[in-house]
Amino acid sequence: MKILVCITHVPDTTSRIAFTNNNSEFDNSGVQFVIGPYDDYALARAVELKEQMGGSITVLNVGEAVTEPTLRKALAIGADDAIRINARADDSFFVASQIAEVAKTENYDLILMGRESIDFNGGMVHGMVGELLGIPSLSPVMKLEVENGVATLAREIEGGKEILEALLPLVVGCQEPIAEWKIPNMRGIMTARSKPLKVIEATTHSVATKTTSYDLPPEKGAIKMVDDMKELARLLKEEAKIL
Amino acid sequence: MAVLVFVELSDGEVKKSSREAVTYASAMSNGDVVAVVLGTAAGDQLKKLGNNGASKVLHANNPKFDQGVISAYASALAEAMQKTQSDSLVLAESSLGNPVAARVSIKMDASLVTNVVALPDAHFNVKRSIYTGKASAHTTLTKDKKILSIKKGAVILKEDGAEAPIENFNPSIEDSDFGVKQVSREKTTGKVLLPEADIVVSGGRGLKGPENWGMIEDLAEVLGAATGCSKPVSDMDWRPHHEHVGQTGIKVAPTLYIAIGISGAIQHLAGVNQSKYIVVINKDADAPFFKAADYGVVGDAFEVVPKLTEAIKAIK
Ligand SMILES: Cc1cc2nc3c(=O)[nH]c(=O)nc-3n(C[C@H](O)[C@H](O)[C@H](O)COP(=O)(O)OP(=O)(O)OC[C@H]3O[C@@H](n4cnc5c(N)ncnc54)[C@H](O)[C@@H]3O)c2cc1C
Ligand SMILES: Nc1ncnc2c1ncn2[C@@H]1O[C@H](COP(=O)(O)O)[C@@H](O)[C@H]1O
Repeated sequence: MKILVCITHVPDTTSRIAFTNNNSEFDNSGVQFVIGPYDDYALARAVELKEQMGGSITVLNVGEAVTEPTLRKALAIGADDAIRINARADDSFFVASQIAEVAKTENYDLILMGRESIDFNGGMVHGMVGELLGIPSLSPVMKLEVENGVATLAREIEGGKEILEALLPLVVGCQEPIAEWKIPNMRGIMTARSKPLKVIEATTHSVATKTTSYDLPPEKGAIKMVDDMKELARLLKEEAKIL
Repeated sequence: MAVLVFVELSDGEVKKSSREAVTYASAMSNGDVVAVVLGTAAGDQLKKLGNNGASKVLHANNPKFDQGVISAYASALAEAMQKTQSDSLVLAESSLGNPVAARVSIKMDASLVTNVVALPDAHFNVKRSIYTGKASAHTTLTKDKKILSIKKGAVILKEDGAEAPIENFNPSIEDSDFGVKQVSREKTTGKVLLPEADIVVSGGRGLKGPENWGMIEDLAEVLGAATGCSKPVSDMDWRPHHEHVGQTGIKVAPTLYIAIGISGAIQHLAGVNQSKYIVVINKDADAPFFKAADYGVVGDAFEVVPKLTEAIKAIK
């Protein structure tokens, strides 16, 4: 099994989000960056599949040099080698084109991603890569088994799930409970330092979107504390006009 | 030029979020809105899409589409765009809509933006939600063709009574579009679906065990609400995974979200911050959830919730 796992380098889920430079740039100060939580599921499942069947895991990120510690962490968790495509990743189509360029020549059996990045929340890079490569793309996937070149997957749908079968190669957008998040152990951290991390330049520069500015949602108004449930029902009816 | 809308069916019924997408498209265009429906639809609901702003419905009445195969849907929608020479496609975000839109964007060389929360301006700059609802971005779609996936709660549904004519649509789908086989499907029926719900009643670890969910369901029932839960609750299998709300679960955007026995961790809040009103019931007055709430009740859920259910029954 030859597996590619695409990971994002994103603010920790507890980060306070702020912008600088006249709301034109994300404010990195004091923010801790991590592997995207859904990408972490993808990586964890890749490690389990490799344990079962052997093979190799490459992790890939489209990003600038600051993302390398995040790639190293993925190596510590169990990837064999890493690729960084040296470019700013601010457009999903651009990112998908870069990933597809690498995948075209490498013939991966599986390309695992997260169901969505937690910065852009686009939920689209996997579908774009699937279409660019002419192979199926499935997301959000909560279960993935592979036997004799056939994948069996559970894909979440509104109010339930569907069980699917597909031939490899395949692009999968992962979410829990596909695997348990893995924490790097000491040996992993030591070996990660000497595993190969290749930096390549972007081959195309075409984008489909351009973000002009950012803003934060308005502050919540003051909370009303209520003791009496009849009063709460009345407020919901008369103030919030819900009932 | 026509704005195309992908109208999604759920068990043969037009989804409410898709009708909202039709309304969004009609506000975006000068009234030329073509709704595309794939699969068997129950009753005469398709012409009623006119009610929401569609000027025409293209219907691929082919049971092959009933299973919602991503590649086949993408091929059919790309063909619909070509056939109608439409430059823009609008759809409601869903577990099917977004994966399909991503593939269509490549087929059609179109710009795609998801999580759209407002109408585009004259330069096709749209506001979209990012950082799991903690911020928004203003993004321009730079290609000639554009695809917009609309976030729930971004549109107020229009219902003005017109009927839309229905035209047959026979997309030339190929076997390769059905390379992914559906083996089976499990879906709760007869319940309000969480991502579509206008009111959500959610329970957390404070409820102590799955046997106590009766009071959550009773409250949900009087409100016509869907039920949700926090992550530990679905991790412990007290509730199914598709009910888990938050950063790593379902993001909801109801008019009312009622959180019971949930502490309000930032990862949970990320899934509910698009709610219009939030009620928090928690026995700990310092629970962080109160900071995000409109109405707060400090009390024991086991006492308070049945009382609230009764009070709502009485006032409705
Ligand atoms: C990367 C990451 C992603 C995550 N994603 C999610 C996510 O998507 N969704 C999510 O929910 N969590 C998520 N979490 C977990 C999150 O951090 C919290 O651990 C979780 O939300 C806590 O769930 P809870 O509020 O039900 O439980 P607790 O934190 O244990 O809170 C229980 C609450 O119930 C109250 N309570 C107890 N008894 C009663 C009673 N009788 N009556 C009233 N109130 C009572 C307590 O005061 C307390 O506030 C994520 C965590 C990480 C690290
Ligand atoms: N810059 C990037 N580098 C590598 N993989 C990415 C990048 N951006 C997105 N992905 C992958 O695509 C998935 C979906 O991202 P998105 O479409 O942005 O929600 C993520 O979970 C990652 O697996």
